Amino acid sequence: MSVVAARPYQIGGVAIARHRVSGLVYILVAALIAVMWGTVEPGSESRFDLNASGVAMTLPPLVLPSGAVIWGLAGVCAFLGAIQLTRGFGARRGLVLASVILIVVVTFLVWAASGRSMNLVGVIQATVVKATPLTFAAMSGVLCERAGVVNIAIEGMLLTGAFVSAVVGSAFGPLPGILGAALAGGVLAWVLAVLAIRYKVDQIIAGTIINIFAAGMTAFLSARVLTEVPSLNAPQRVSAIAIPVLNDIPIVGPILFSNNIFVYGMFFLVCVLHVGLFKTRWGLRVRAVGEHPKAADTMGIDVLRTRYLNVIMGGMVAGVGGAFLVIGATGRFDRDMTAGRGFIGLAAMIFGAWTPIGSFLASLVFGFADSLQARLSVLNVPVPSEILLMVPYIVTIFVVAGLVGRSRAPAADGRPYEKE
Amino acid sequence: MSDQDPRTIPPAAATPEPAPAPASAPAPAPAGPTPEAAERTTLATRIGRLLGSLLIPALAIVTGLLVGAVIVIFSDHEVVGGLASDPLGALGLGVGRAIDAYGALFAGSLGDPGRMLTAIGSGDNAQLIRAFRPISESLLSATPLIFAGLAVALGFRSGLFNIGGEGQLYLGAIFGVFASFAFTGLPMIVHLPLAVVFGFLGGAVWGAIPGVLKARTGAHEVIVTIMLNYVAYRLLDILLKNPPFQREGSTNPISKIVPDSAAMPPLIEGLRVTWWFPVALLTAFAVSWLLFKSTKGFEFRAVGLNPGAAKYAGISVGLTTALTMIVSGGLAGLAGASVMLVQRGTLTPGFSPGYGFDAIAIALLGRSRPSGVVAAALLFGVLRAGATTMQASTQIPIDLVVVVQSFVIMFIAAPALVRGIYRIRTAKVTGTEVFMKGWGA
Repeated sequence: MSVVAARPYQIGGVAIARHRVSGLVYILVAALIAVMWGTVEPGSESRFDLNASGVAMTLPPLVLPSGAVIWGLAGVCAFLGAIQLTRGFGARRGLVLASVILIVVVTFLVWAASGRSMNLVGVIQATVVKATPLTFAAMSGVLCERAGVVNIAIEGMLLTGAFVSAVVGSAFGPLPGILGAALAGGVLAWVLAVLAIRYKVDQIIAGTIINIFAAGMTAFLSARVLTEVPSLNAPQRVSAIAIPVLNDIPIVGPILFSNNIFVYGMFFLVCVLHVGLFKTRWGLRVRAVGEHPKAADTMGIDVLRTRYLNVIMGGMVAGVGGAFLVIGATGRFDRDMTAGRGFIGLAAMIFGAWTPIGSFLASLVFGFADSLQARLSVLNVPVPSEILLMVPYIVTIFVVAGLVGRSRAPAADGRPYEKE
Repeated sequence: MSDQDPRTIPPAAATPEPAPAPASAPAPAPAGPTPEAAERTTLATRIGRLLGSLLIPALAIVTGLLVGAVIVIFSDHEVVGGLASDPLGALGLGVGRAIDAYGALFAGSLGDPGRMLTAIGSGDNAQLIRAFRPISESLLSATPLIFAGLAVALGFRSGLFNIGGEGQLYLGAIFGVFASFAFTGLPMIVHLPLAVVFGFLGGAVWGAIPGVLKARTGAHEVIVTIMLNYVAYRLLDILLKNPPFQREGSTNPISKIVPDSAAMPPLIEGLRVTWWFPVALLTAFAVSWLLFKSTKGFEFRAVGLNPGAAKYAGISVGLTTALTMIVSGGLAGLAGASVMLVQRGTLTPGFSPGYGFDAIAIALLGRSRPSGVVAAALLFGVLRAGATTMQASTQIPIDLVVVVQSFVIMFIAAPALVRGIYRIRTAKVTGTEVFMKGWGA
């Protein structure tokens, strides 16, 4: 039923409790940190700049002794692993997992910046921007899958949203562009819903069809129409809106309060979805439809209608995410410009255990890996920075396999509902 | 639930096995022809049934092509511009353009029969090669599609959705190319098979990860294979920028050239289609034997139809799942190897135009039967090869083929749509053979 079977691991015929496996993994992580990054020059320092460019108030840079920080945090990680191995953390396991991830990130940063200077605020600013389309994609997934429809067509919806926002945005301006993208995403989602709900097509196949269609159609139209009429691929971009006063707070200001409308919309969407799903009657109904549609039906909830509405809303959210890539970022459509972001969003949703806040945090982690990669490729660090781009995918595999942490899908996710 | 075509059940039950035929138990009572009925089936009824089973795929293809034509017509700005003033003339122009486009497509993929006949009559080698080049190009495009389609079909038969064919064929190409330049001084008779085996192994390793994870932890293979696709893309990016893969003296992400001792020779000198094509056909036979004549294949299908019944009959579901994914990955790996291990083959980041995703369409269109997969792969090969000519001569982007393909799969996956369009009453052929059982089941 769930992504991860609840039974313990069998290794050599011996059952090993899950928390012990996690403990071993944490100790392994600590060892890897020490071996891979503990070898920095003795006495070298890592400098982190804390000022965004063009900010009035300046802070002194943060200077850390590289070796001491790396070895100290590796020790903490091993200690957490040892406790996890022996008695487990029980309910606080999520917190411990988060701490271990944080330790990995911090030690990596300290190692990468040892003997150099790195603009930390710049990296985090880029993180939020890179996490925006991922968050929209993940929220689309949450909306669909909480109601019991698997949506692997997020990628196609993003791509279509991006294309439509470029064309409509060029013709009518940014706001209509965003609305057009939402509409296009909604239409694709409606097709997904009809295939999955009315025709009971396997939902993975239905999603694959939409992905193939979107990739082919946008590529076809961009080659046939956009190259012939370039004025249709030059939408006006939305600019960043700095919120007065708040924007002047050091570190936090430039990261949170100097963004474009998409980023603020993302924060808003995450909060609304969190409250909506877990604090309102609507959310309870949606979750009931996703977990146990028969019970929901018995209680008088229209299962199919709920699914249709949620999938279409999910598609609209994904469409807006696609519009961000054009109107909020590059200002033009290029074929295959989503480059797998829809699937990273799907991964973020799984990593975030099908919750809005969790998915948002997961998107931030993945966005961070992306922005760090961009920074490191400039910094000339002695490791192929592309390895960082694999992080979202590998982390997701670990999570679905239950090797670290555990993520459970809604019980009726992917199953067509038939009224008796 | 199982929409298994009834006619595939009897051979399974006939194998000398402690048959868990109840695997198909939930299917409605008349699961296949009774022995007497089977004797009474005449050739005519058999042909009739074959045509019946081809009806929906054929209509799906035709409808897909028609939708493609509509898209060509209404994406033409001269047509759209002329609609207001002279609707009939504009539509006529559009229809003419669509006919031109498909004409170019089929001329580029099937060639001109008249020209072939004159070429055969003349016996001139250069003329023969020119006349048969379109067919050679189609077979060349179909070759990796056969391998990848078989990979996905094998997974479907075992109840697994291998959406990671693309990543597996990347690994097959990486391993194959590695073997081609890592071993030097070998004669072709040793080197080429060795490189092919490496290609299979590469894909098998990439398939083993989701297989083993599914068997041991229940991790859904769809999620794991999607993620592994992207890991494979990044891996290739890294490899091609660093030794030993990167070509000496190049700053571009491009591999060394595959040496001739590891390259499959062309089938006919002067044409691009290689011995890989017959190898692909042989592989289809092998997969057919594996699935329908061997004990392992019986286990694969039993697990695909009803894991519970299979387990009850003493089949290890976990082991079978892992093994299916390994073989499936290996087949996809061969698809990658078949693209790379040719004369002057080089590995570049975009070497696959999505063979792994076409494979899903092909397996669905071929109803997960090896013969069906070969037929569907040939069709897609024709479309792919012809699209290149179409783009060159009519400026209609090659991506039209992808759109057509998406409609074809949609009509195959939702046969009710086709039946609705053409008012076909009875459901002779049913839907897809896999049914998703939720992320975790």
